[in-house]
Amino acid sequence: MAVATLAPPSRDPAWARRVFWASVAVVLLAPMLVATEFEPWVLVEPHNLKVTLRFLDSFIVPKVEPEFLGMVVREAWRTVAIATAGVTLALALAIPLTLASTAALSVSALSGRMHALPFLLRQAVRGLLIVLRSVPELVWALVFVRVVGLGPTAGVLAIALTYSGMLGKVYGEILESGETHATTTLLRNGSGRLQAFLYGLLPTNAPELTSYTVYRWECAIRSSAVLGFVGAGGLGQQMDVSMKMFAGAEVSTMLLAFMLLVWLADLVSSTLREALG
Amino acid sequence: MNAAPLPPDDIAHPPFKTPPPIFNARCLACWLMASVLVLIVASFISLDLKWAQVFSLESMRRMGRFVGELLAPATDTKFLVRLVVASAETLAMSALGTVLAAIFGLLLALPASRTHADDRALARQPTRLVLNALRSVPELVWAALLLISAGLGPFAGTVALAVHTTGVLGRLFAEAIENALPGPAFALRVQGVAKGRVFLYATLPQIVPQLLSYTLYRWENNIRAAAVLGVVGAGGLGQMLAFHLGLFQMSETSSILIAMILLVTMVDFGSYLLRRALMG
Repeated sequence: MAVATLAPPSRDPAWARRVFWASVAVVLLAPMLVATEFEPWVLVEPHNLKVTLRFLDSFIVPKVEPEFLGMVVREAWRTVAIATAGVTLALALAIPLTLASTAALSVSALSGRMHALPFLLRQAVRGLLIVLRSVPELVWALVFVRVVGLGPTAGVLAIALTYSGMLGKVYGEILESGETHATTTLLRNGSGRLQAFLYGLLPTNAPELTSYTVYRWECAIRSSAVLGFVGAGGLGQQMDVSMKMFAGAEVSTMLLAFMLLVWLADLVSSTLREALG
Repeated sequence: MNAAPLPPDDIAHPPFKTPPPIFNARCLACWLMASVLVLIVASFISLDLKWAQVFSLESMRRMGRFVGELLAPATDTKFLVRLVVASAETLAMSALGTVLAAIFGLLLALPASRTHADDRALARQPTRLVLNALRSVPELVWAALLLISAGLGPFAGTVALAVHTTGVLGRLFAEAIENALPGPAFALRVQGVAKGRVFLYATLPQIVPQLLSYTLYRWENNIRAAAVLGVVGAGGLGQMLAFHLGLFQMSETSSILIAMILLVTMVDFGSYLLRRALMG
């Protein structure tokens, strides 16, 4: 019995569609290339190439003088300290805002819908959290550098404000998505909101809350290194100075130190989060 | 018939237990909390924070003035035109950076993945090392580095976004390739189809939705990064922001901030729509 065979298609059946989408992509990308002054050949212009090569030449061998290494270690610690202090202040701001905004602690919502006034108050606090986190920490840092001067204070304040917005939002989501039976039972039986939080909501959600906080601390270390570039202290500030002096060897050491720091923070954070389950 | 003895936990009335002591040298959580406290205290002590300056009358007044001016954004036409141009530049930086990163990420993901058990994948570890290095340097640091060879302007910012995102996407794409169902690729491979075609006709069609979803997600991240990259001189809204903030022109700064937030919201929404359209 002969097997009916289909002749292989002579050309790609989806040809027309592919050509259409490819031309759409070209039409969209072309103006972008213009807008971003996308001219890769400037990289190999003789003048730029000379500068790059000279920088790379000094970049290859990191600077390892003890005095310089001591400075790098000190700045790396300051980066960690800025992140830690920032997250601590962010917690101090985020916890009250979370308590004020979470619907899981609403007494009026126990019997049907929340009353209008508490509903508006909760929405207002949520709005505040959105404002806090929608301004990037780099912009906060720029503002605070203008107000309190160069140094770690601006970095700590910038991280505190942005991260309180992020923490407050996610804490609220965690508290509302978890099991609220114990909490509502406590509230129904006349316990206060704070008691219901401490004995109902907190114990059920503590691992998740801690795990998210540790993760944010890790992110804060990364961003505090970047904040240094606008003058908020730490490793970033020294890196900026060295880059402006084209000191490739110093930049190379500090980049390695930064990678090591990020790797360590990642390790600590993932170990802790795994232990929390 | 003899019943097995009950384990102690299943006894109906367990014996009364005293609460655990407050401090116990084997209590890991206590040690953890203690070290966290030490870290926090050490951080605050070592940082010579200028609280007096933050809460001084002078800086309060300055903050008050800033906030007052921030509430009245600048709206003159000439400035708004520049603002729109800078927003378009930021949008283009983020989109082009993401597209380039998706292309190079996919190219690097191929050597960074082991597609089947007999694949020796010699380049897997070295490529992953490169991807990790690209990823662990933040966009802003890449931009500052690239300014040296590319000069001021959006080009350095675009390349910086592309380089960092290549590291992120390359890693994610490699995981997607390794997690794809092996059946179709196996069917082609046993027929003697070459490696490239096996990828194009068996693996790629499976993972395209995932790749697109990762790319769109990174685009949302990149628009945020692109908006602030300019503060080191890499073009777009950030450069404008650093300029006006440097001159304490707070109403212009306010308009720029509003433009940033609008742009980020628009991209988030656009990416959401695209994702919904593509994933069905």
